[in-house]
Amino acid sequence: MRTWKFGDNIDTDAIVPGRYLTIYDPATLASHAFEGTRDEYAKQVKEGDIIVAGRNFGCGSSREHAPLALSGAGVRFIIARSFARIFYRNAISVGLLPLVCPDADKIPDGSELVVQMNEGYVVSGGKRYAIEPVPGFLQEIVNAGGLVEYARRLEEVKTCTGSRS
Amino acid sequence: MGKSRTIAKDLTVKRLGKISEIFPVRAECTMKFSRNAAISPQNTRTGKTHTLVKPIMAATLVEKIFSRRCGHPVRAGEVIMAPVDAAMIHDITGPLAVQKFREMGGKKVFDPGKIVLLFDHQIPADSLPAAENHVFLRKFAIEQQIENLDIKEGICHQVVMERGRTAPGEIIVGADSHTCMYGAAGAFSTGIGSTDMGFVLKFGALYFRVPETIRLDITGNFPTRVGAKDLILAIAGKIGADGATYQALEFAGETMQKMDMPGRMTCCNMAVEMGAKVGIVPPDTVTWEYLKARRKGVTPFPLESDRDATFSARHQIDVSTLSPKVATPHNVDQVVDVGKVAGTHIDQVFIGSCTNGRYEDLAEAAEVLGNRKFHDDVRVLVIPASRAEYLKALRAGIIEQFVAAGALVESPCCGPCMGGAFGLLAPGEVSLSTSNRNFKGRQGSSESFVYLCSPATAAASALRGEITDPREV
Ligand code: SF4
Repeated sequence: MRTWKFGDNIDTDAIVPGRYLTIYDPATLASHAFEGTRDEYAKQVKEGDIIVAGRNFGCGSSREHAPLALSGAGVRFIIARSFARIFYRNAISVGLLPLVCPDADKIPDGSELVVQMNEGYVVSGGKRYAIEPVPGFLQEIVNAGGLVEYARRLEEVKTCTGSRS
Repeated sequence: MGKSRTIAKDLTVKRLGKISEIFPVRAECTMKFSRNAAISPQNTRTGKTHTLVKPIMAATLVEKIFSRRCGHPVRAGEVIMAPVDAAMIHDITGPLAVQKFREMGGKKVFDPGKIVLLFDHQIPADSLPAAENHVFLRKFAIEQQIENLDIKEGICHQVVMERGRTAPGEIIVGADSHTCMYGAAGAFSTGIGSTDMGFVLKFGALYFRVPETIRLDITGNFPTRVGAKDLILAIAGKIGADGATYQALEFAGETMQKMDMPGRMTCCNMAVEMGAKVGIVPPDTVTWEYLKARRKGVTPFPLESDRDATFSARHQIDVSTLSPKVATPHNVDQVVDVGKVAGTHIDQVFIGSCTNGRYEDLAEAAEVLGNRKFHDDVRVLVIPASRAEYLKALRAGIIEQFVAAGALVESPCCGPCMGGAFGLLAPGEVSLSTSNRNFKGRQGSSESFVYLCSPATAAASALRGEITDPREV
């Protein structure tokens, strides 16, 4: 349950380099996660570890290989000051939970961290850091366990229906 | 030779703040008859008629697109399950999208005619896994009766545009982040992941959060050897790598109206580098003429943001004092005037990609090159964006010019743009590239360096073997 801390603008090429994009298996992708950016990550990451980052995490490509590599490594939560749009959706699609935390910068690397989803904060080093709730319509997908599960239950979709986020 | 160094004046970007501060909007409930909403309910390709849109309050171009497709007024911030007019998948993101489509219980795709399938990232197959992925997608295309353009046509985004698969007012998705480029044709188009694409393949629709719009009013004439790429790099430098996250970037103003489609595509292509969902240019005569040559039965209709629409921000940009720009490693928003990095040693120059691989880009580079030779110590890779653009350049003698100058001209594909196929950089090497991303490791080793620039700057630099102001050669 340790944190792996990263800075701002961590792009999808940093998460999985372009030369591994013919791979789709999460476990194999995980063995290349952050290759060239933080080489010890793939070797030392443990089930349940948490990524903590600054602004614009996951910017760049639409490659789902990036969130898959993280979920393949057993990561369930990514806590960042902000996320790039496509990565955010992709993370939810593959069952990762991206949590926006305005004070993510203050969470130290290598610290123990506990996520209190329902209470709306995370705890690290005895300190609480507020997290923002996942927008309503995405919550349904999260609750279903990802977009595949959500879509399996749908016979058809009613287009042009919606709600305010 | 006495070189006159042009003084690089910085781009004028004035932040005007919210439009409501400029044109104070009266009471919220003021109903307006939007000029565009009720016009032309025809889907130009399918001929299907959409429901007429009721009068709505002043709206942005993007709000109008969603309203038009949904038959009722839709505002920024709303989340809506919207129908999709076209979907694009390629060799990298396609296999996973197909797998997800199947996992979702998908048997038949929503509409084979609305799916564009092609291979461009790793072609011709550069490894066994790549070859296997191609075979997998070929089988899927046959099974689902989807037209497969395979490795023949070029880079996905260029091909979608030139085959008229995108038109004003449509909603388009692609399993590639630079899908935001088709806004150059007045469509709302955005990049999505493979699982989202699986959903689209099954249902022909997707949840969208209708984005707010940042409006850019661009005026003035470009100085010599300064163009669309310099403009978009300058904008990225000002707005920042996440300055437009979740929003639409609307490029308007007299300069955009005068700009040709290739220039508009260059601008819209890089919208995602600021986090934007789409880069969009209000469709005008240039757009409709481009489309008429590519799709049957096109009927132009007006589609633009209302004057008093609400924008999340508005910037005014004058290009008449713009100088050539370079994005320095490793962020697209680390943008400087070319003069600041002039003299930087380069090992490889790449002229191509969905940002700058069109005929006009190659011609711009060729004009700078003339009948000279590229510098001996630089590897120059030229890759046209599509077969059609390649042929145009070939017929114009431009390809011969490049080959004679010492360049390697490759068949249309992504090439070294994403560091997957060929043209990779070794540790310590430096590339100057007309593509759109300079992330660490993007074109090879994580210890290599990528600078981004215009085709003119790329050609000038390839001549000298170091980053060079194109106005100086
Ligand atoms: S040319 Fe580069 S940016 Fe464009 S689609 Fe190919 S890899 Fe992506």
